[in-house]
Amino acid sequence: MSNLIYLVPLLPLIGFLINGLGRKFLSKLMIATIGSGAILLSFIISVILFFDVKATGGKVFTAFTFINVEIFKIDFAFQIDQLSSLFLLIITGIGFLIHLYSAAYMKEETPDHYARYFAYLNLFVFSMLLLVMGANYVIMYIGWEGVALCSYLLIGFWFKNNQYNYAANKAFVMNRIGDLGFLLAIFWLLLKVGTVSYSEVFSAEVLAKLSSTDATIITLLLFVGAIGKSAQIPLYTWLPDAMAGPTPVSALIHAATMVTAGIYMIARSNVLYHLSEVTQHIVAIIGIATAFFSATIALKQNDIKKVLAYSTVSQLGYMFLALGVGAYTGAVFHVMTHAFFKALLFLGAGSVIYALHHEQDIRNMGGLKKKMPITHITFLLACIAIAGIPPFSGFFSKDEILAAAYAKNPVYWVVGVATSMLTAFYMFRLYATTFLGKYRGTAEQEHHIHESPKTMTIPLIILAFFSVVAGFVGVPNVLGGSHQLHHFLAPVLTTEKGLHLEHSTEYLLMGITIALAVVAILYAINKFSKNPSLNEPTGLGKTLANKWYVDELYDAIIVKPVLALATFLKNIIEKSGIDGIVNNIGVFIQYAARQLRLLQNGQVASYIMIMVLTMVVFILLWFYDSSILKLVAKLFY
Amino acid sequence: MPIQYYIYLALALFSIGIIGVLTRRNAIIVFMCIELMLNAANLLLVAFSQMHQKIAYAANPAATNGIEAQLFVFFIMVVAAAEVSVGLAIIVMLYRNTRSVDINFLNRLKN
Repeated sequence: MSNLIYLVPLLPLIGFLINGLGRKFLSKLMIATIGSGAILLSFIISVILFFDVKATGGKVFTAFTFINVEIFKIDFAFQIDQLSSLFLLIITGIGFLIHLYSAAYMKEETPDHYARYFAYLNLFVFSMLLLVMGANYVIMYIGWEGVALCSYLLIGFWFKNNQYNYAANKAFVMNRIGDLGFLLAIFWLLLKVGTVSYSEVFSAEVLAKLSSTDATIITLLLFVGAIGKSAQIPLYTWLPDAMAGPTPVSALIHAATMVTAGIYMIARSNVLYHLSEVTQHIVAIIGIATAFFSATIALKQNDIKKVLAYSTVSQLGYMFLALGVGAYTGAVFHVMTHAFFKALLFLGAGSVIYALHHEQDIRNMGGLKKKMPITHITFLLACIAIAGIPPFSGFFSKDEILAAAYAKNPVYWVVGVATSMLTAFYMFRLYATTFLGKYRGTAEQEHHIHESPKTMTIPLIILAFFSVVAGFVGVPNVLGGSHQLHHFLAPVLTTEKGLHLEHSTEYLLMGITIALAVVAILYAINKFSKNPSLNEPTGLGKTLANKWYVDELYDAIIVKPVLALATFLKNIIEKSGIDGIVNNIGVFIQYAARQLRLLQNGQVASYIMIMVLTMVVFILLWFYDSSILKLVAKLFY
Repeated sequence: MPIQYYIYLALALFSIGIIGVLTRRNAIIVFMCIELMLNAANLLLVAFSQMHQKIAYAANPAATNGIEAQLFVFFIMVVAAAEVSVGLAIIVMLYRNTRSVDINFLNRLKN
């Protein structure tokens, strides 16, 4: 049992090492087999662990002592409990499907780049597993940094395109800002309670040591980390730019790994968040603001992947709303369902992009319904799921979040429902312009469109299946279910009191949400299927298409001043200051040497003259003051 | 004869030697001045040897003090003789190459 646990993160690491080191001589088939196989094995072990946890509950396994100093001790330990085993399933399960899909999607790459791709992908999964399995914040932080690194490597995978490199840099820098928050939270925790392991931090006697101010500071700092990693306002701009990476990578970042890390971290620290009402309000407000704000941006994007990216940011906002109002189960539930349908959406988009030879602009698509039946059906299912139509998975998780939000504060609910409506609208705008109507490219291009190969469609079908049914693990009481997920997670997640609503209220809320979503869907299909008006937007539409000019704003108030400072330091401090000192020392020594060189004139007599004069001087010195001579003697011996 | 006289004589010889080396350009004269300096040193050595010997003899007739200095003098004479042969050979070569014995031609080591 405990040996199996170490294998879960170890297998992807081994896959990474083999593919990374053997990239010059392994064949593509071998690379894909090793890369996907490692994740498949991890997945199988995760399933075993999951059922083990379900039967016997969570445990902590210590591998070795990682840091041991006088005032604290940090173990390299893994905690397998309800929360982490669920995340393990999501990461390795969806990760495996994405690996499988990548095997076909990336086949145009040369073998060494192909191997590099799979190596990064495995390292990514490894880091994420470490993050989720760690039994203390330090191990989580290692994984946390690991996913940041891997996202950088993968976003900039096609590093010959400088634009992509900038996107990778942006993701890395934005993540660093968040990471600093997380790091400070760890320091603060060590300072105040002297331990970082979950079992100790969340125990009653340690929590008693924390004042509410400390709890607020720690949770806020942790939340800063989550903002960076899970792309919330104000650090969300890296996620849409992360579309520069290959499409399966986007699926991996957006669905199974990376962005869910923030949710996981806060859900894991739910006990701490419980102590600080201030933080909870901030989390909820930032969550709902992000959800709405990015949904509005998604309305006017024309890049198929950009729409999905903003939709991810928006859905993550929902999850933070859930965390903020204390519906931790709802957040984890939404992570799970979102992982399925968002992975499906991205892989479906990848399938479209693959068929259209790297065309990503939906204005040049249309009418793909007949050409790509499997992609079409699965994509449609994912759209319905994300729009929140029952009985698809998205409905249940979103409904749980919205119900909890309503119980906490009806304003959250109103904004949440508006966002949900926008979500339904932009997803079906995307669907209708891509798959319905007529193809808007040339006939020649149309002729070449074909369904993707089996290794790509099979993951789509599997994900579509789960997108449809995954919601049934969390059917709420009001609909006659027992919410198994809630019971499963109950040992690790605290339940906020006062989130229960009257059944009649819940029916009403559900009815309104569904009705608005359906209206939005019908309107979107009607508007965009026949004759999509995809002209250049004006007015508010233009602002939305330009993402509220947030990138420009950041550019003006942060990037430009920093670059100006850097230029100043480079040109003034570096060139005149540091370089000046070094260069002038060199110049002076050269000058002095040129003067001294005149002494060497080749005239033997003058040398002897100097010698004799020196001797005379020394003798005179010896006669009159021998201390100087002693000093000279000291210098030479 | 008091030891001072020997010292003055040696000093004079040595100074003449040094000044000759420093000021003259003719290699042969420079060479002779070097010999002068060596012999000034020899003179001092035998003078002091004599002085020590006298003092020690008065106390103990079997004393051998000062004998080392005389040995040194022989060494110096031998070395000087060897030096002369080499030096004169160099001067001959110098003359063959430059048709002159001016040491200021020997400035090739410069740069």
